[in-house]
Amino acid sequence: MDLRRPNRPVIGPKVRQVGFVTPDSAAATSSSSIPAVSAAAAASAGSPPSSLSPVMIPPPRHPSTEMSNPHFHPVGSYNPSEQILGSPPALSPSRSSRFDADGSDFGGDDDESVALSGVGGGMTPKSSLLMCQPVTKTAPLVSETRKRDSNASKGKGEGPSAAPKEKLTKAERRATQEAQRAAKAAAKEAAAAGGAPSVSKQPKPATKPATQQKKDIPSGSGPLQPLAPSGSIEKKQGKKEVAAPHPRMQFDDMTKVGKLKKRAVVNQSEARNRVELFRHLPQYEHGTQLPDLESKFFQLDLIHPSVYQVGLQFLSDKISGGNARCIAMLLAFKEVIQDYTTPPEKTLTRDLGAKVGSCVSFLIECRPLSVSMGNAIRFLKNRISSLPHNLSDKEAKSRLQSDIDRFINEKIIIASKAIVEHGVSKIRDGDVLLTYGSPSVVESIFAYAHGIKKNFRVVVVDSRPKHEGQGLLRRLVERGIHCTYTHLNAVSYVMHEVTRVFLGASSVLSNGTVYSRVGTACVAMVAHAFRVPVLVCCEAYKFHERVQLDSICSNELGDPDAISKVSGRKDLNYLDGWAQNENIQLLNLKYDATPSDYVSVLVTEQGMLPPTSVPVIIREYGIERLWT
Amino acid sequence: MPDVSDFILKLQRRRIEGSHATARQTAELLRSVVSQTRMPYTNQAAALLDAVRAVGEQLIAANPVELAVGNIVRRVLHIIREEDLSSSAVSFEGLMISEKSDDEDDADHKGGPVLSAAAVAAAARSTLRPRSLQTLLEDGPLPAAPSKSSSAGDSEGKSKSDKSAVGKRLKHSVIEAINLLIEEIDDCYEDISEQAVEHIHQNEVILTLGRSKTVKEFLYAAKQKNRSFRVFVAEGAPRYQGHVLAKELIQKGLETTVITDSAIFAMISRVNMVIVGAHAIMANGGVIAPVGMNMLALAAQRHAVPFVVVAGSHKLCPLYPHNPEVLLNELKSPSDLIDFGEFSDCMDFGAHGGAPLMHVVNPTFDYVPPNLVSLFITDTGGHNAAHMYKLIADYYSADDLVIKRKSTSSN
Repeated sequence: MDLRRPNRPVIGPKVRQVGFVTPDSAAATSSSSIPAVSAAAAASAGSPPSSLSPVMIPPPRHPSTEMSNPHFHPVGSYNPSEQILGSPPALSPSRSSRFDADGSDFGGDDDESVALSGVGGGMTPKSSLLMCQPVTKTAPLVSETRKRDSNASKGKGEGPSAAPKEKLTKAERRATQEAQRAAKAAAKEAAAAGGAPSVSKQPKPATKPATQQKKDIPSGSGPLQPLAPSGSIEKKQGKKEVAAPHPRMQFDDMTKVGKLKKRAVVNQSEARNRVELFRHLPQYEHGTQLPDLESKFFQLDLIHPSVYQVGLQFLSDKISGGNARCIAMLLAFKEVIQDYTTPPEKTLTRDLGAKVGSCVSFLIECRPLSVSMGNAIRFLKNRISSLPHNLSDKEAKSRLQSDIDRFINEKIIIASKAIVEHGVSKIRDGDVLLTYGSPSVVESIFAYAHGIKKNFRVVVVDSRPKHEGQGLLRRLVERGIHCTYTHLNAVSYVMHEVTRVFLGASSVLSNGTVYSRVGTACVAMVAHAFRVPVLVCCEAYKFHERVQLDSICSNELGDPDAISKVSGRKDLNYLDGWAQNENIQLLNLKYDATPSDYVSVLVTEQGMLPPTSVPVIIREYGIERLWT
Repeated sequence: MPDVSDFILKLQRRRIEGSHATARQTAELLRSVVSQTRMPYTNQAAALLDAVRAVGEQLIAANPVELAVGNIVRRVLHIIREEDLSSSAVSFEGLMISEKSDDEDDADHKGGPVLSAAAVAAAARSTLRPRSLQTLLEDGPLPAAPSKSSSAGDSEGKSKSDKSAVGKRLKHSVIEAINLLIEEIDDCYEDISEQAVEHIHQNEVILTLGRSKTVKEFLYAAKQKNRSFRVFVAEGAPRYQGHVLAKELIQKGLETTVITDSAIFAMISRVNMVIVGAHAIMANGGVIAPVGMNMLALAAQRHAVPFVVVAGSHKLCPLYPHNPEVLLNELKSPSDLIDFGEFSDCMDFGAHGGAPLMHVVNPTFDYVPPNLVSLFITDTGGHNAAHMYKLIADYYSADDLVIKRKSTSSN
């Protein structure tokens, strides 16, 4: 231990930068019993030796690395065999007891929220306790990675050789590097013999796959050459890992909008009386194009009927909610893959990727993608492009389909089960729990807690125009849970009696901002003002490396007519015919951004985290995204 | 009195909406009560006070949440006291000590043995009010301008000293003063909206919630002065009065955007000022306002957006709030929130052993604590929340704060 100590501060930050990018480094992690340390070692050893010096010696970072070091101590001592699903014994009791203490008197509670939000600095012992949870998760995953890596057989042979590397003296390290170099050279020769595959090494899907893929379609005839440069650029982005996400499509950019229009399948007409502040977002007249699209159903050429169906369901709002939309999309893609046959003189990886891309752009036309869907698409494209080339169509298809199934199962279904287990540990007898809208995970937490005979009451807060809470209310009441229903404005009236607030999220951004159904920020704000803990339940696949400070830069606009008409209130017709008047605009926002200081804790399948450690999770999760 | 019972019935059934209408009608009712009261030979003021208090107590009990009723009752009581003092000061011209002003305030005036009637009246008035900067100035050696409400009685009250004449005069001047009060209630919009140009700037973005006539007039006034600005209107569920306000605003050519209440937090970062109306302003500077206002105030505080409350002085309530979210609130029918019949099976009190599984909460008001309010704009100008209790002391006398106890002790 003493020998390693001087090294670690040097390597520390580089773990985060490069450690998880190359497959060999990940593979190295798997064999180690102490994930963090081994990751550090892998960072040094696993990177290609040719680019040795910039990776290994980052001298100017010294002070900051000392700072970040404390994170890793408890991580190393933590038992990595502990699984996500089993509620972690080391973590849970201490946290829940602290939580319990604050529920009854508000003073203590305040303390906690401060401590949690202070984690950004990373210095509190609590934070390190929290952090260990996500890191442990990497171990089982990585072993998987390794298997696949060997499958891929991509001319990078140092996977096995890089493995046994957690305890290194300088001499040892040098020896292993020599070995690696040799292995690498050998592998290169082998790859050169193989020819083409080495050129197209896993082009990492971009954050905006749709626009990228669109460009690819016309050039798809020449299979490899035209794509190689873009692929390599993307690869570079993946390598840097700190690369900024693509700027989003701005709809006030007329030239781009024009281009988009030309390609569009769905010819949406622009809504009238746009709100000036939201020019950069698309807003269309709702419902006008639906019959037209339905009639087109039987004359499709490019788009698979199942995708088309899902798109129409998005358009008409029949499917809503992050998880539901994501699952519907993935299942549709599964069918696309099922019915796919590689055209002659094309390769499956290229052509199927393009096909999926065109489907995605159709879905975007129907409704802008949610972050969860974006991440799922990234995953799928990555899987497609990393398919080995010697597979037959049938094998490749079945493998992709099982990948999709696995994604749905692991990232959504099992993840939400894990969240339920974590969430339930924060419910005590006699609690009054408040929720807003109809988050599916929160609903299953309540259902599970009721199932294990916890005695609690639920306050369902709802808002216009969707009134999603009524559905939740109906389902909870049918289960026999005591409910109170109210509207968003009355939230400060009911907040007095509430002991916990459970919220859902559409995505959690890298700065801890929770991007969720509009109104969530209001609820979190009032809860914060009343010193009630706010628990945001969110699967980790909804995390995104983007950052956002307000709800205006990126959002989604709904149907303005939904505002002028109040359901069930025939007497309210003051705004009929509003579109005729130039002076009035109706704004129907769909999302808002909750600042991270309103969130006491994020409940994810990786454990309960302060919102400030979202970037950590994103970094850790990055490997999964790349290699599963 | 048929008028009174009629009005009580209206209050009980919540037929009268809005504090302006309530205040006005209460003042009119009390005027008729005063004019119908039989005046005894002695202690006429006490008789009037008792009559008004008896009616006032019933009115307040009819709708304890409508604080404007209590405000107006107290204002009228205050008017009676003031008129009584000024007229008695007139009648005992030359006398040092009037029978009412037995407080220590007379000690202040020992320097000047010969005082004019107006000075005595001023001194007497100061017994009703706690010492403040304003009253200090009025108390000066000169008979400074008497306060607005009592000026009508003052001007012609010098000549007569006959007792019965004084009695008539008292009643008359009280009625005059109540008329002034009604006028003041009606004019409050103008007085408030005159100040609009001082607060609304070119190209500002203003957010409001629900509908308030005061806010509407305020915005109109700024528009009339050719200020161009943009208004966001939160619709104010469950009454959706924001729709009405939006419609009224666009008719005047104001650029208006209607947003849902849930979008308040999203939009407030682009807003320069929040201007809202109030249901009542409490003595500590807290505000009872339509539901949703606390959320709006918190969001404004978060983004350091000024939160401005515009309200006429009839909404100033001399009471300090205790648990106002519950005690000064009113729960309305669930049918505003959910369609009638949709959840009726769940709300059945017979089904689950007397306690239904589901409750619907539909409160009418919200309490905004004083620390969230940046500015009050009333018809007497702009005020800080911490200054409200002084302002209130100018309008009400301390003896009337609790109307009920007084009346039970006198009964």
